[in-house]
Amino acid sequence: MTIIIKKSTDILPSEITPKSIYQERRRFMKQAFASSLLIATDAMLPAWAKRWPDLEAINHNIDDKLTSLEDITHYNNFYELGTGKKDPAANAQKFDPNPWTISIEGECNKQGVFNLEDFIKPYTLQEYIYRLRCVEGWSMVIPWVGFSLADMLKKFEPTSKAKYVEFTTLLDKSRLPGQSRRVLNWPYVEGLRIDEAMNPLPIMAVGLYGDILPNQNGAPIRLVVPWKYGFKSIKSIVKIRFTETQPKTTWNILAPREYGFYSNVNPDVDHPRWSQSSERPIGEPFWKPKRKTEMFNGYGEQVANLYSGMDLTKHF
Amino acid sequence: MTPSNTIISYVVKPVLFLLCLIPLLCLVWGALNETLGANPVETMTRETGEWTLRFLLITLLITPARQLFNIPWLIKIRRMLGLFVFFNAVIHFLTYVWFDQFFDINEIIKDIIKRPFITVGFTAFILLIPLALTSNKAMMRRLKKNWQKLHQLIYLIAVLAVLHFIWLVKADYEQPIIYSVILLMLLSYRAYHQRKKAS
Repeated sequence: MTIIIKKSTDILPSEITPKSIYQERRRFMKQAFASSLLIATDAMLPAWAKRWPDLEAINHNIDDKLTSLEDITHYNNFYELGTGKKDPAANAQKFDPNPWTISIEGECNKQGVFNLEDFIKPYTLQEYIYRLRCVEGWSMVIPWVGFSLADMLKKFEPTSKAKYVEFTTLLDKSRLPGQSRRVLNWPYVEGLRIDEAMNPLPIMAVGLYGDILPNQNGAPIRLVVPWKYGFKSIKSIVKIRFTETQPKTTWNILAPREYGFYSNVNPDVDHPRWSQSSERPIGEPFWKPKRKTEMFNGYGEQVANLYSGMDLTKHF
Repeated sequence: MTPSNTIISYVVKPVLFLLCLIPLLCLVWGALNETLGANPVETMTRETGEWTLRFLLITLLITPARQLFNIPWLIKIRRMLGLFVFFNAVIHFLTYVWFDQFFDINEIIKDIIKRPFITVGFTAFILLIPLALTSNKAMMRRLKKNWQKLHQLIYLIAVLAVLHFIWLVKADYEQPIIYSVILLMLLSYRAYHQRKKAS
């Protein structure tokens, strides 16, 4: 099992120190420490240097090394900000995620439109260290900051008709310029079966590395489903809808033979065009061999039961 | 103005040779200094692949350029350009065999059989080998008329190479379409010329 969960008390975005100020403080503190002790490390910084400080670690024996913040923020698939891996970072400043509202719709008792602050206020933010396996054959280990998707969904009291949950990304060419080219069927839509969504693993992430989500990583709020290929973890969510029928998801519409609704990480079911048996961990030097991909990305213990009796070569 | 043979041999060709090496040198430099991004193997594969395709299109451009702009001496640099196609294809193939598959022969064979984009890419690479081997003057003389026939394989190779690119793309076809259009123009020019000669 590979999770680390850290706990923190709830912090309002309005209470958060602006980045420029705390960076300045950090720099000052680093210099102060460096000059007095000749060492400068993040570990020695005062707690207020990080946006979400003191996340208590519940270590589930993780073997994986964290991917660097540089790689996590400069190697992205976020076609709304360009189709090249470096495009989202290059175009990140064009995307202003403020203000932000999230609309809850469909088969539930408490529909409504919420601004982001109110939306995340009820939840205790935690740090979740999850593996991310991209359908293209590379992987990362990312320390997300977020809260349980299941806890959130339950708050809106889904009815018995809610068999699926559908998520939608912001549709706005002026903020997400990649949407002016019809590379995909905008807006990006993803979905989960309700029992998948209610599993304890998936989270709504609002940050990574103890700080708010960088724009290129799906600011201000995104889904993270660690046992599925990365494209299921939809970014910059503005709408969550409970549905009775299976949502029509973006990559599945584009190429149904290649990207199934489930898209669970599965080394035995190849993408029609390339093998899924191994993956390249991002950040490893190029002369190192790839790593074997694990069933359900190593989260089988927690999720395999969701698919008992299903033919995973058919429901890929 | 036609440069003299001396100029071609001692200036044009050496300069061109060095120019053609630049893409690979940049890549080696990047690999040594770790500036190839988060996924260096992907960058290496992608760059060597695209440069193979670019050299291939440049090589195919020589004949129309000679005829349209009346620069007949360009023929003298075509072989070098053609060999750079092969050279980049070798590096591209080695990057895949070494850094992508780590010489796992079983995986490589499975890929070649099961993945259409690898099947066509590998076929194109294999077809390049006889062209590279017969590119010297001695082989030209020995093969006589057959030499030209053999080297017409380059058209098939070019189509396979572009297919290889198209079939690996997930959604954004802009780049492979640009290459396809250029190739289509180069092939249509030849088809048109051929017909004109026949009539």
